[in-house]
Amino acid sequence: MDIVMKEQVQLALDERANKDVYIHLETTNGAYASHFDETFFSSGAYIRNAKLKYIHSKIAGNGPYRIGLKTDIGWVYAEGITHYEIDEHDRLLMAGHDFKGKLAVSLEISETPFE
Amino acid sequence: MEKERQVLVIFPHPDDEAFGVSGTIAKHIQNGTPVTYACLTLGEMGRNMGDPPFATRESLPHIRKQELQNAAKAMGITDLRMLGYRDKTVEFEPEDKLAHHMGEIIEELNPSLIITFYPGYAVHPDHDATGAAVIHAVKSLPKEKRPKVYCVAFSNNCEEEIGAADVVHDVTEVADIKLNTLKAHVSQTQLMIKEMEENLKKQDPAVMARINQERFWTYQFDE
Repeated sequence: MDIVMKEQVQLALDERANKDVYIHLETTNGAYASHFDETFFSSGAYIRNAKLKYIHSKIAGNGPYRIGLKTDIGWVYAEGITHYEIDEHDRLLMAGHDFKGKLAVSLEISETPFE
Repeated sequence: MEKERQVLVIFPHPDDEAFGVSGTIAKHIQNGTPVTYACLTLGEMGRNMGDPPFATRESLPHIRKQELQNAAKAMGITDLRMLGYRDKTVEFEPEDKLAHHMGEIIEELNPSLIITFYPGYAVHPDHDATGAAVIHAVKSLPKEKRPKVYCVAFSNNCEEEIGAADVVHDVTEVADIKLNTLKAHVSQTQLMIKEMEENLKKQDPAVMARINQERFWTYQFDE
């Protein structure tokens, strides 16, 4: 993955607007967070292959970045995005890696369902 | 170490076997005992993406599948089964169905020993759910047909609640195989290995004991 280049990501987001896409959205602090630090409140959320159409999108911030997708009746957003890649299936993969390089958040957009 | 007829190792993630069990597996294989490793998921949700990151959320399962195959090779395992579940969703599967699946594998292989996680004392929800399904499957066998079950436990409260491990294997003689198994899971263990090799050089007794002694709790079936 590459470090986010804001204009490139905005372009890739725009290209995927106004059509049916599949979304992978995930936040995680890892399953061991409360094991190593019992005062840590572990939380996370995950959705894979949510099918939707967004009509507007924006990448915001100066890095790590925030990304919002506006749909007809709602929103999708992710915070903490640091890296992106357009993979060999033309999917827009975005992720936020924490200070140790571990994945903390992931937002991906594909025109075909994820495996 | 007792000689077994057939060993069945059941864990949810590639690399679950590496740190605490790979030495034991290697010794069984050297003893001529067939070992089957059934791995439920491909660790799709791992947070370690390499250093610097070389995996994406989408490429990680492919990478970890190859790493698992390399690890199996390092240990000498020829019967590796990837069961097709998804990382972090094991606990949400219908428990009866999962236990039934485990039961089918147990019935097919008729192992004398099963190694899995101790349900309730294995920290990761997938670990606990896998251990629970295996225990469920073994419990449903008639008493005289049940294999021994050695469980891995490492929650902070485990010794307080279930006592000390009753089976401890010294795996010093296969330390190189164990290190190669850990190294095979490169995307997940890169950072740890670096630290471990430095500690090994220093011969820190606490670290040596942690690497060279593999600890298990024999599951006690109450009925």
